[in-house]
Amino acid sequence: MNIEEFTQKLETEFEEVEPGTLTPDTHYKSIKGWSSMHALIIIAFVDAQFDTILNGGDLKSASTIRDLYNIVIEKTK
Amino acid sequence: MAYLSTSNSNILAICSCVPKGIERTSEYKHISSEEQELFIKTTGIKERRVAEKNVTCSDLCFLAAKDILQKFDCADSIDLVIFVSQSPDYYLPTTAVILQDRLGLSKDCLAFDINLGCSGYVYGLSVVSNLLQSGQLKKALLLVGDKSTTSTNYSDKSTYPLFGDAGSATLIEYIKGVKDWHFNLQSDGSGKNSIIIEHGHSRNPFDKSFEDIIEIEPGISRSKKNLILNGMDIFNFALKEVGPNINSLAEQSKTDKNDIDFYILHQANRLINESVRKKLKIESEKVPYSIEKFGNTSSASIPLTMCYSLKKELQEKKLTLLLSGFGVGFSWGSVILRSENVYTNLIEHD
Repeated sequence: MNIEEFTQKLETEFEEVEPGTLTPDTHYKSIKGWSSMHALIIIAFVDAQFDTILNGGDLKSASTIRDLYNIVIEKTK
Repeated sequence: MAYLSTSNSNILAICSCVPKGIERTSEYKHISSEEQELFIKTTGIKERRVAEKNVTCSDLCFLAAKDILQKFDCADSIDLVIFVSQSPDYYLPTTAVILQDRLGLSKDCLAFDINLGCSGYVYGLSVVSNLLQSGQLKKALLLVGDKSTTSTNYSDKSTYPLFGDAGSATLIEYIKGVKDWHFNLQSDGSGKNSIIIEHGHSRNPFDKSFEDIIEIEPGISRSKKNLILNGMDIFNFALKEVGPNINSLAEQSKTDKNDIDFYILHQANRLINESVRKKLKIESEKVPYSIEKFGNTSSASIPLTMCYSLKKELQEKKLTLLLSGFGVGFSWGSVILRSENVYTNLIEHD
């Protein structure tokens, strides 16, 4: 899965986000109404798609969706 | 691996008891309406039952047990009472002994507590079936539940809207020759800080300052005697451990997962259970829920789900069930067992 697909699929998971809002450089924690529930949605999404589990540290260290993607790719190597 | 099998146990009845008082997520003041919507979508929790201040978990279990004892008229023949809870009546004595007397059971009755949360029903079944399997004890009451709302603070949005109160009673009998129950039980104490009430017990004995409310971050204020929960840690733990535990149990017990009629998972969070379900490739019809109506009811969530969602199936059919409990500790475990014509009931405490 490339970064564009990753971003698009993640956007679908955040049902309340307008389609086309997210880009790889979006600071995902600044999306409208961000809460701890979004973090759980990201973890479940990554687990389902990549069979790898992001922890709190991973999410803390990632600012943008690209950062998240890179962490996931690194973890699945 | 703590894999074990027990023989000669059969579930006769399950009754769950919840308080009448309802609290709805849509009425919870510490999160906005958008957050409420996302919370419901993610956790599945629309409403929960909350007990009055003077009602304990043992009161809920007492009513559930009463219902069963009346139905089966078997108070005189109960040999074993186990109370699984993290909200006992007192530091001491053990609540199971109090319930033995309150339920009018014989003094020739073995009674003790087990201190476990979300995994407690499965662990309780393992202890009961081990004690019954020789046939020296014939009938057991497994009383399981929690009054979690005593330890959560209304001003803590990370815990308060998650938990509901519930108690349950399960009547189990010795019957020679019924199919074995298979368990896979696991523990990892390195997760102890992920769900903890840190103060007010032996490690940090009670001090008046534990009553003071402290703001941890916006929307999360609590005192030291309140429950602390790290949702992300628990989520990670559950995604990592529950699926493999179930797969390994199926493999060890030589059970084809397609032969399991229902997978009854602890009701902590709908997103966790759906993630586990999809990974295990289980059809959604085989994974019942009660979380939307009752929230996370700790160790009572499995019997409550059985009474709420599977009443007809349990009463009328012969079923192969997989029950899986996971959470505080961390402690987790699953059991595969057979059931046939189980009396089930769901009652309310006034």
